[in-house]
Amino acid sequence: MPANLHIEMARSLVGFLLLLHFLSTSEADSFFQPISDSHRSAALELFSPDHGSFKSLEETYEALRTFDVLGIEKKPNVTATACRLILEAVASSSSIPNDLFYALKANSIAKCKIKDKAFQGIIKRLKAVVNGASSLLDFYYSVGGLVLIKSSKADVHLANADGVFRSVKALSQSDGRWRYSSNNPESSAFAAGIALETLAGVVSLASSELDQSLISTLSLDNDISKLFDSIEKYDDGTLYFDDKLVDGHDHQGPLATTSSVVRGLTAFAAVSDGSLNLPGNKILELANFFLGMGVPGDAKDLFNQIDSLAFLESNRVSTPLILSLPSTVLSLTKKDALQVKVNTVFGSNAPPLSVMLVGAFTSDSKDASLVQSQELVFDAGTGLHNLNNLPKSIDVGSYTFVFEIVLHKPEDEKVYVTGGQKKVPIFVSGLIKIENAEIAILDSDLGSIETQKKLDLAGKSAVSLSANHLQKLRVSFKLTTPHGLAFKPHQALLKLRHESKVEHIFVVGNFGEQFEIVLNFLGLVEKFFYLSGRYDIELTVGDVVMENSLLRAIGHIELDLPEPPEKAPRPPPQPVDPYSRYGPKAEITHIFRAPEKRPKEELSFAFLGLTFLPLLGFLIGLSRVGVNLKNFPTNTVPATFAILFHVGIGAVLLLYVFFWLKLDLFHTLKLVGFMGVFLVLVGHTLLSYLAATSAKLKSA
Amino acid sequence: MAREKSSKDNAQALFHSLRSAYAATPVNLKIIDLYVGFAVFTALIQVVYMASVGSFPFNSFLSGVLSCVGTAVLAVCLRIQVNKENKEFKDLPPERAFADFVLCNLVLHLVIMNFLG
Repeated sequence: MPANLHIEMARSLVGFLLLLHFLSTSEADSFFQPISDSHRSAALELFSPDHGSFKSLEETYEALRTFDVLGIEKKPNVTATACRLILEAVASSSSIPNDLFYALKANSIAKCKIKDKAFQGIIKRLKAVVNGASSLLDFYYSVGGLVLIKSSKADVHLANADGVFRSVKALSQSDGRWRYSSNNPESSAFAAGIALETLAGVVSLASSELDQSLISTLSLDNDISKLFDSIEKYDDGTLYFDDKLVDGHDHQGPLATTSSVVRGLTAFAAVSDGSLNLPGNKILELANFFLGMGVPGDAKDLFNQIDSLAFLESNRVSTPLILSLPSTVLSLTKKDALQVKVNTVFGSNAPPLSVMLVGAFTSDSKDASLVQSQELVFDAGTGLHNLNNLPKSIDVGSYTFVFEIVLHKPEDEKVYVTGGQKKVPIFVSGLIKIENAEIAILDSDLGSIETQKKLDLAGKSAVSLSANHLQKLRVSFKLTTPHGLAFKPHQALLKLRHESKVEHIFVVGNFGEQFEIVLNFLGLVEKFFYLSGRYDIELTVGDVVMENSLLRAIGHIELDLPEPPEKAPRPPPQPVDPYSRYGPKAEITHIFRAPEKRPKEELSFAFLGLTFLPLLGFLIGLSRVGVNLKNFPTNTVPATFAILFHVGIGAVLLLYVFFWLKLDLFHTLKLVGFMGVFLVLVGHTLLSYLAATSAKLKSA
Repeated sequence: MAREKSSKDNAQALFHSLRSAYAATPVNLKIIDLYVGFAVFTALIQVVYMASVGSFPFNSFLSGVLSCVGTAVLAVCLRIQVNKENKEFKDLPPERAFADFVLCNLVLHLVIMNFLG
């Protein structure tokens, strides 16, 4: 682009930038690391071709672009794979504009050899798509493809540029967002980014006198400022675009949306020659948004991050400068120096500048800085700005340091944006001196010391004390920082643990640097649940900036407390050892009913014999009486029936015996039913014959 | 003395007359009487056994005793129905009564065997 146009554009922006510079009080509370080698190794991992080929042309393009931006040397098989896919798409006559677009994009990096005839064919096809397009994506792919061909071939013109421009603009909404097509009412910022890229492409394809008038008459900057109205902000000041769509299938997420908008804006800024106002500070905060996500784990996310940062870095408006610190924890013991690095987004060198430490604040001293404003010394060898000796007013603790970047050359102010003052949380750690540590037993009323022992908190010795409920226990020590000031740690706790695992924790209070706790056992008797015995004493002193935090068992005390009265609170049940809960339980002894006393077997058998006696008597009596079988029928048929009758009765009685021994009622009933029917038939026949016989005898 | 002698004589005379009257009953009735006696004696023996050792499987004791008692009752019914001198059952053929006796006994013993356990 001609130099005069550049200056013209820059001039219009300077005022805006300076205004923003002075007005903005930077609210950034955190800092961001620039792109580093961890991004490069992630790119190599995420973009490795699957079985020698990428899944799609889009992925091919993303891989090539990421490698290109990060400066990773392309392996020959990657380029060969990419070229193969590109040539396939270009040669095929059924490729959709989507494929052609990504193939051409990938080719702009891979630079495979494509025949001129193929190019002509593609140009014809894309122009046909442009003329017949109605949806935003159709315009995007076709116009984008033509722009890519123009950048390598330089003789492509769009005949109806005016009409195409208006068609795309017609899809815009009043809130700065764009629709995908006229029948789809959903609009999004993602589509707005695509639309801006398309419009930029149309402008570059049109003949030169059309482009400026197009942009100004259609007031595109109004759309862009409306779009910026919808920008969202995180608490640390970073800016991003997001779409809140009700149905999520098209929802792209803040990263993809912001990337699309950034691509669109920077593409448009490149062709608009100064009529576009992109505020420099917002560029910095957008860059911070992309840097703030560290190293993404997804290939598409990584591509979006790297691609957007590349556009932000090389855009016409301003290049962001990132201030970062290799370490935010400084140790007084090791005499660490404060080191600051200023780079561009991709870690390349910044222009000549100085870093000023404007102030240092703690949570107590809100506005009063603890240090004077001073410049950090630049070490050209390492590229770091150092403050070798921390001022004496910086003691152990957590601070907020405020830095400011001052550019040396005034013309750099138009090119780079620094973001004003930057607040960085810094921790200064050191060794805390613990002195005069002692433990004592005092008599309650008089306060006189009964036992007093020095505590060696650095060593391993343990003290052994004894006390009763009328006495007091006192633990005291002194804490000082390396600079000799009083220090109050986050934790200063004394714990007493009984042999039954019941614990009591007390906070150690302080007056300045003297820490002391007095346990009056007379008042604590109920809190201790009246448990006498041996208590282990443990002292904890700790803080995040204390390099020698300690948690130490300092000894034990035999405590003699009075007997608990009735209704004294019982100690809480201690947690059961989890392994014993699932272990085997005690054996259960079942209580059975005592079995009944049974008589002796011989007695039972004797009575069994006795039972048969009446039967014998019956049989003898029968013979005495003169029982006979004279009435037994002699003719064959009745005789058979008689026999069958007696056999049947015998069978039923036998069945009863089996019933007692083995069978159940159902089987027995079934069989008895059959036998009963048989018996009835036979018996009836026999008995009616007998009755007839005796009636004949009687009548005769 | 004379009264004692006369009461003893009276008892003896009564016993003899009973005995001679009983000798006149038909044989089939005597068989039935014997059967009833047999059943009752068996029941008595079981009661004595239970009295000596306790009634632990009570259901068994009950089923034993009730089978004896039940069959005795059925036999008595049979005797009533078969006795020719009983005017009430004049028209009932004795074979029919016997068939009833057999069937009722079979049912009784089925129940008894079920209850025996």
